[in-house]
Amino acid sequence: MYLWLLAAGLTLVFGVLGVLNFAHGSLFMLGAYATFTFYGKLGLNFWLSIALSLLSVGIIGAILERLFIRRIYDLDLPYQLILTFGFILIFDDLVKMVWGGVAMIPPMPRFFEGNLSILNRPFPIYNLFIIFAGIAVAIILWLLLEKTWWGRMIRASASDREMASAIGINIPILFTTVFVFAAMLAALGGALGTPVRVVAPGIGTAMIIQAFVITVIGGLGNLKGAFVGALIVGILTSFGILLFPVFELFIIFVIMAIILMVKPEGLFGK
Amino acid sequence: MRLKTFLLGALILFLLALPSFAGKYLLYMTIHILLLSVFALGFNLLLGYTGLLSFGQAGFFAVGAYASAKILLVIPSLLMGTIAGVVAGGIAALILGYLCVRHSRIYFSMLTLCFGMMIYSIAWKWRDVTGGDDGLVGIPRAPFEIPGIFSIDMNSMGNYYYFVLVVSLIAIFILYRIVNSPFGLTLKGIRDSENRVAFAGISIRNYRLLSFTIAGLYAGLAGSFLPPLENTVTPPLAHWTHSAEPVMVTLLGGIHTFSGPIVGTILFYLIKDIIVRFTQYWLIWFGSIVVLLVLVFRGGVVIFFTEKIWPLLKRT
Repeated sequence: MYLWLLAAGLTLVFGVLGVLNFAHGSLFMLGAYATFTFYGKLGLNFWLSIALSLLSVGIIGAILERLFIRRIYDLDLPYQLILTFGFILIFDDLVKMVWGGVAMIPPMPRFFEGNLSILNRPFPIYNLFIIFAGIAVAIILWLLLEKTWWGRMIRASASDREMASAIGINIPILFTTVFVFAAMLAALGGALGTPVRVVAPGIGTAMIIQAFVITVIGGLGNLKGAFVGALIVGILTSFGILLFPVFELFIIFVIMAIILMVKPEGLFGK
Repeated sequence: MRLKTFLLGALILFLLALPSFAGKYLLYMTIHILLLSVFALGFNLLLGYTGLLSFGQAGFFAVGAYASAKILLVIPSLLMGTIAGVVAGGIAALILGYLCVRHSRIYFSMLTLCFGMMIYSIAWKWRDVTGGDDGLVGIPRAPFEIPGIFSIDMNSMGNYYYFVLVVSLIAIFILYRIVNSPFGLTLKGIRDSENRVAFAGISIRNYRLLSFTIAGLYAGLAGSFLPPLENTVTPPLAHWTHSAEPVMVTLLGGIHTFSGPIVGTILFYLIKDIIVRFTQYWLIWFGSIVVLLVLVFRGGVVIFFTEKIWPLLKRT
C-alpha cells in the first residue's frame, strides 16, 4: 500500500506538471528518515511525528519546485530526467551525511503490535492499518480531485495549460501546491512504511523503480490505474516470492514491458 | 582545421606515451576513462544523433561484461572475450531494440529502463550462470594471442592499457565515420523531423533499430573491457543507476557534438578524483554540478567552449 502512496504522487506530478520525477523515491526516503528521527530518536508521539515529517518533506518539495523543477517544464525529457536524477544523488548523500550509511530498523508503535485473527490466520494489526490508510488516501484523493474547486483547477490545467491560465487560474502556484501535495504523499508512504521495513540510503532508487512499474501498468498520469497497478505489483511480489522466488523481480518487469509494448497508455488509458 | 588535427595527434601521442611515465593508478583511471568514453559515445549515437534517450544501456554493458567474463573463464584469450562481449551486447540490443524502437520519447525511455532492469534481475537471480549477487570472480587477464602467430602477455597494466587504447581508438574512429556517413545524416534527420524523413521514403524503425544495435555493440565492447581489468563482474553493472552514467557524461560534454561524451567522461573522472580527495560525499557535489549543468550550461561543455570561449581567444 505504501507503493500506492508513492505511485499516486508520481503519477499526479506527471499528469499535471508533465515532469517525470526521478527524485520522487528520494522524497519517500526523506519521509521515512524524518519519521524515524521524530519517532524513533526523539520519542515524539507517532501521529505527531508523521505530521511533522509530512510538513518537512512538504517544505522541501516546495523549495524543489519553486527553485528548480519550475525551470524545466518546457525542456526536453532528457534534461528533466537528468535534473531530477541529480537530486537523487544529492539526497542520497545528504541522508548519509546526516544519518550515516547504515541501515536502521525503527521501533514499531506499541499499539500496533500484535495480530488479529482473520479467517483463522494471524494478521498483523499494523498491516491492516496500512491497508486502511491506503484506501482512505485513495478516497480522499478522489474526493479532492473530483469534488473540490482545487481539484477542478488541477484537472483543467492538466488537460489544457494555456486555456486554464487564460481563464484566470494561477498556474505557477497551482503547480507548486500539486508538487508539494505529491511530495507529502511520498513522505506519507515513507513514514507509514518505516515501522515494517528498514531505513537505509538508497531505498529511494529502489522504490522509484517499483513506482515506475506501477504507474506504467496503470498508465502514466492515471490515478485509478496507479491504484490498481500498486495492487497488482504488491500481490505479484508477495505471491511471487512464495511461488517462484527466483523470477519474482523478472516477472514484474516482463509485465511492464508487455504493457508498454502493447498498450503504452496503460491498462486504464483511453 | 589544421590546429584541430594537430591537437588530436598530440592527444594520441600523449596517450601512447602515457605508460612510460605514469603510475599504475593513472593508467587504471585512463582505462576507465576510455571505457566510459566508448560506452557514452555509443549512447550518444542514440541520444544526440537519433534523439532517443535510453535508460537501459547498462543492461547491454552488463551483457557484454558477463559474456566476456564467461568466455575468459573457459578460454583464456582476450580477443575471444572482447569479441564475445561485443557480439553479445549487439545481439541483446538487436532483440530488445526491435521491441523498443516502435516507441519514441518517454515510452521508449521507460521501455529501455524496463529491459535494463530485466537484465539486472537475471544477473542477480540466475545463480547458476551469473553467480547471483556474488558475481563472477577470478576472471583471468588472459593473453592477447592469435594461435600460432603471436601472443602478448597482458598481466602488466601497461600492456592491457595499450590493448584498451588501440581497440577504443579504432572503435571511436569507426563511430566517427558512421556519424559522418549518409547513415549518420539520416539519423540526424530522424531526430529533427521524424515525419519528413518518413515522407522521404525511409523506414524510421529500421534506422532506429540499427542505431540502437550499434549503441548496444559499443556498450558491449565497453563492458568487455571491464572483466579483465577488475577480475570480477557483479550485478550492479546492469542497474539503472549505472545507465545514468553515460547519460550524465554525455550531457556534461554536450550531446550535439561528437567529442562531447569523451570530454564529459574526462571531466567526470577529474571532478570525481578531485572531490574524493576532500570528502567522501562526492555524489552530493556531483549532483549539484548536474543540476547546475541542466539549468545553466544546457549545451554542454564542448559547445560552451567552441561558441563562447573560442571566439574570444581568436579575437585577442
